[in-house]
Amino acid sequence: MRLALLSALNAARSDRRAAVLVTDLDGGAARLVTAETLAGDPLEEAIRTALRTGRSGVVEGTRAFLTVQVPPARMVIIGAVHISQALVPMARMIGYDPVIVDPRTAFATPERFPGVTLLAQWPDEALPGLKVDRYTAFIALTHDPKIDDPALMHAFEKNCFYIGALGSRKTHARRIERLGANGAPPEALARIKAPVGLAIGAITPAEIAVSILAEVTQAWRQGIA
Amino acid sequence: MLSTDDDILGQAEAWAKAGKGVAVATVVETWGSAPRPVGSHLVIDEDGSFLGSVSGGCVEGEVVTEALDVIGTGQAKLLEFGVADETAWRAGLSCGGRIAVYVEKVG
Repeated sequence: MRLALLSALNAARSDRRAAVLVTDLDGGAARLVTAETLAGDPLEEAIRTALRTGRSGVVEGTRAFLTVQVPPARMVIIGAVHISQALVPMARMIGYDPVIVDPRTAFATPERFPGVTLLAQWPDEALPGLKVDRYTAFIALTHDPKIDDPALMHAFEKNCFYIGALGSRKTHARRIERLGANGAPPEALARIKAPVGLAIGAITPAEIAVSILAEVTQAWRQGIA
Repeated sequence: MLSTDDDILGQAEAWAKAGKGVAVATVVETWGSAPRPVGSHLVIDEDGSFLGSVSGGCVEGEVVTEALDVIGTGQAKLLEFGVADETAWRAGLSCGGRIAVYVEKVG
């Protein structure tokens, strides 16, 4: 592999651009395929599928190996709450880079979240600068409609692969009504995971964090395609 | 610290830019139960330093040795490891799976 190719692959990763490295296992020249150069590539169909599934592998019937690189998933957490304190270190371990947004300055303190990117701003101010995208897990935990609702509208717009919101079924039913009245399409509302997290009987903040991360992992590994 | 793909391929680039001979090993196929998925990387420099993994630690030593050869000759290699292989006695996969690892030089 030429060094220039490795550099281009690494640059695509750090810019959060999807890219596929095509390696000839018989030792021929390798090439990097991106969304811009995909059309007309001899392996266009296979590469398109690989980009959708995020799976590396040998293209059937060929000696071409695809190293598929989709952007590393991000995590935006709305709410500097107790659950977030458990969620952040666990999310980091899995490979997410978590950011917390909470305008309530009593919650969003560096003492409660040492070393964490913490934005003590309203979602409308904080979110546009975060470049939320398809490869972002979005979790609303404040339980306060004034904060969670506008944040969720932003997550719908950016089509995040995971959108979860804390709250009982009853709370969630009221949320659906409010967001619907606010113009959120039914298919977006149906995507919200609420009550947030897999149903594993979690009680403590750390257990709830585990259930949320399990659900996020499931969405990432099984759903993003 | 747990190294991610960012760190691994980034390290390979950094080594190469520092003028070192570098090889990238990639799991290109797996059969049965394999410890690391297709696409996993192990990167090796000419001094035998390495980062990442292609198995649960069972065959890394062997891959590093082969990588040093690849760095020397510039000739890529396709390696196979598994219980069905006689190399299993030297460097086998305890889980009983088989893997193919492509090792190529950077540069």
